[in-house]
Order: sequence, then C-alpha cells, then structure tokens
Amino acid sequence: MREVLSVDGLTKRYGEVLAVDDISFRVARSEIVGLLGPNGAGKTSTISMILGVLEPSEGRIAIDGIDLAHHRKPALLKANFAAVYAPLPGNLTVWQNLRVFGLIYGVRDLNSRIDGLLDDFDLRKFRNTKCGLLSSGEQTRVGLAKAMLNSPDLLLLDEPTASLDPATARDIRAHIRRFVDTGATGVLWTSHNMYEVEAVCDRVLFLSRGRILVEGDPRALPGQHGKRSLEELFVAIAREPLTVGMV
Amino acid sequence: MPARAMLAVVLRQFYLMRGSAARVLPLFAWVAIDIVLWGFMTKYLNSISAAGFNFVGALLGAVLLWDFFGRVIFGVSTTFLEDVWSRNFLNFFASPMTIRDYVGGLVLSSMLTSAVGLVAMIAISGAVFGLSLIDYGLALLPFILVLFLFGIAMGILGTSIVLRWGPAAEWFIWPLPALISPFVGVFYPLSTLPVWMQWTARLLPPSYVFENVRAIVHGQHPWWTGLLISAGLAIAYVVFASLTFSRVFRLAIRTGLIARYSAETAG
Repeated sequence: MREVLSVDGLTKRYGEVLAVDDISFRVARSEIVGLLGPNGAGKTSTISMILGVLEPSEGRIAIDGIDLAHHRKPALLKANFAAVYAPLPGNLTVWQNLRVFGLIYGVRDLNSRIDGLLDDFDLRKFRNTKCGLLSSGEQTRVGLAKAMLNSPDLLLLDEPTASLDPATARDIRAHIRRFVDTGATGVLWTSHNMYEVEAVCDRVLFLSRGRILVEGDPRALPGQHGKRSLEELFVAIAREPLTVGMV
Repeated sequence: MPARAMLAVVLRQFYLMRGSAARVLPLFAWVAIDIVLWGFMTKYLNSISAAGFNFVGALLGAVLLWDFFGRVIFGVSTTFLEDVWSRNFLNFFASPMTIRDYVGGLVLSSMLTSAVGLVAMIAISGAVFGLSLIDYGLALLPFILVLFLFGIAMGILGTSIVLRWGPAAEWFIWPLPALISPFVGVFYPLSTLPVWMQWTARLLPPSYVFENVRAIVHGQHPWWTGLLISAGLAIAYVVFASLTFSRVFRLAIRTGLIARYSAETAG
C-alpha cells in the first residue's frame, strides 16, 4: 500500500519550547488516520508543518513521495485541507471562492468540477451567496468542497465537523468516508469527538506534549489499555500521559 | 500553472471590485479630486504669473504622475490587505501558490487598477484643463515606467512591513507617497533642497522624472541619461523589495507567524 504521507523525525521548537518532538508516522491511500490529543499537544503545529506554513526544526515530510521542503509546489498540488480556523473569505460568494481556489490548485474542467461539488455538499442554493452570510455549518461544507476541489491524494481535516449539528456531521462523515473508499485519498483527521473518531478512522495516533504516545485501531485501543472507551483513554492520556504511554 | 495561480489573485480582486463601490470609487475618485484641485490652482497661478510659463504642464502634469505613483503603491498593498482583512493567509499560503505567483498577482492587480486611475486623470486634466501628456514626447514612456516600477517596489516593501509586524502595521503604507514626496521634487526643483536632501533625492528614481518634467516644460531636451539611471534604480528597488518580501515570508514560515497571523507575533 503506497503512502500518501510520510513523516519522519518531525520536530518543532519555539525557542526553548518543544511543540513537536521527533514524531514519525505514515498515512496510506484510502486510509483515514485520526490525530488525537489534548489542546496544545502539537496537532495543529504538525498539520501546519505538513501544509508548508510552518518550517520544521528537524525532520522530513513527503507527500506522495515528494519531499515538501525541496518541492513545495508539486507536493502541495497533491494535498488540500479544511480547518475550522481557516474559513474561506466571507466577502466572496461560494462560486467565486471555489473558482479562485480551483485556479490555484490547477483544477481541470473547473466549472463542472465546482458544479459537482455544489451538488455533493448540498450547496447549490448558496452558489451566489457570500460565504460570510452562511451559517458556520454551511461554511464548513464550503470549506470541505474547496478541500476536495483538486481530488487530493492527501486530505488534512482539522476538526471538520466541529461546528456542525449531529445530523449534518453524520452526513459529512459519510461523504468523506465514501470519498476515501471510492478513491485513493489518504486523510489525516483531527477531532475531539471520540464517537466520530471511532466511526470514521481506520487508525489513530494519540499525541501528547508533542510526542506520539499510542497508536492503533480506535476500536481495539481502549481494551488494550484497560479502558472502557476511546474517550476514557483520551482523558487518561491528557491527564497522565507518561502512565498511559508506558502501557 | 504559475500563471493560473497568479491570475487567481487578480480574479479574486476583480470579484471583490465588481461587487463593491467602496473599492471601485477610490481607483479614480480621489485622484480626480486632486486633478480638479490642482487644475484650478495652476489656472490661478497662470493668471498671476509672468506670461510665458505654463503651470499646467509643470504642476498639474507632475501631480498627475505623482498620483499615478500613489495608485500603483496602493494597488499592490490593497490587494495584499484584502488577504489580511479576510484572514485568508492560511488558505493561500497552505496551497501550491508560490511567493512568485502571489507577488506577481499583486503586481498584475496593481497594473490594472492604476491604469484605471491614470485614464481617469488624463481624461479630466485634458478635457477640463487642457493638459496634454503628449507634450512630454517620448520621455512620457520612461516617466510612467519608472514611476510604475518604483511604485511596485514601495508597494511590496509596504506589504513586507505588514507581513512582518501584523495587521496594525498597515498604517505604515498609507503615508508612503507623502513621506517620499518632499525628497523627489514633485513641485519644485531639487536645487531648492538642502544638500543632504539632494543626495537622498539622487537615490530616488522619481527625482529624475520630475526634473525632466520641468526641463521639458522649459523647452529643454529630456535628460535621457538621468532617465536611464532612474530606470536602473527603480529595477534595483524592485529586486530589493522582492528579496525583502521573500525573506520576511521565510521568517514568517519559520516562526509560525503565517499560521497565527492575527496574533501579530509568533513569540
């Protein structure tokens, strides 16, 4: 199974503070990997480094085998992302935003691709609505549509369903799962919703204090660590990372 | 591919302008008011001064060229500031768009928006006050080219300052033309200035343009060597500004400033 993301020895220091501490992991095609951890664990720093907006202090990132540090553009042409903290410009309409980002990602046959995504994410009625006028859930769907514009090999989703109601969140999860199952995309997914993680992720990485402490199948991991649920395991890692890491 | 990403920046700006009078009006409204103000001023000066000297060509022409320079700076900086105001840095810079694409898009946007202002100014100054830029002859081309290049350089330098010190630093961009203006002799010959200002003026490309404007109005030949020097200087400023932007961007990537831009510091 070819990897769409290879991270080796990734480290980030902010002065004396070690935000990410020598982590290594892989994401394979058609695999959804959950990146979990308490606030400040290093998840967003890790994603920022994979997106090329934060320079690692050490380590190597390759997207579909392309070294990000040396071939940023071809590497990022194969990736895309959606994050709650990076909404698309609210002063452009849904269509205009997708046109602009479609050009940036070099999407072929752009108009029909946008039309397809408007249908997929139930956004057609908002085609000419400015994104700033949409509800947070609708904005999330536009962000996801943008993230899938270039049919990326690697999709980075930072809490993609954080602002969605349960029904919409379920639809979105199903949509992403379908997208992954029918294509060759690998997904790195962060979430604080352990129910969601169990439902969607094939594998999870628990990050605490910048290090990966636990890795495995989200449905099997709680039992392996003597916990009743993934949420209980999460809480244990957040509160006593050294204890859990040694299990 | 690079051209497409560059065009995306221009297309974004076009979409924003198409739906916003607040963005379109400043392209020509303020420069038009400036032309009207200085147009009447030059008519008045013509009426009270000795016959034979035409203030329209000397002053109004200089004001027009100077306003064009200002439009070029603001064309670059406002395109950049749109990304600051809409918090779009992460979406743009976490994409395959390169810094060259992005800065190219800023320059192309500025070229188009400043052309709108220039056309408006030429139309008003010609129709109402009888100013004809054709009177400057072939020298008009280097005048516009030098001011455009130096405007691009100042625009990119201004955006570098905002990228480095955060959204509040946009205050540094707006007074840039007013800060440079006393040194480059828009309204008076450089010989009027104290010696240290004259030395500073020699390093600023617009000085050569405005000395030439006055020379032509006085019936002298353009100083082509001076214009060549100013073109060389303007190119050097563009290179310096681009390298500065690139350096500031790399710093922002290293420190994490791009990902946390609203904090204005990564420390």
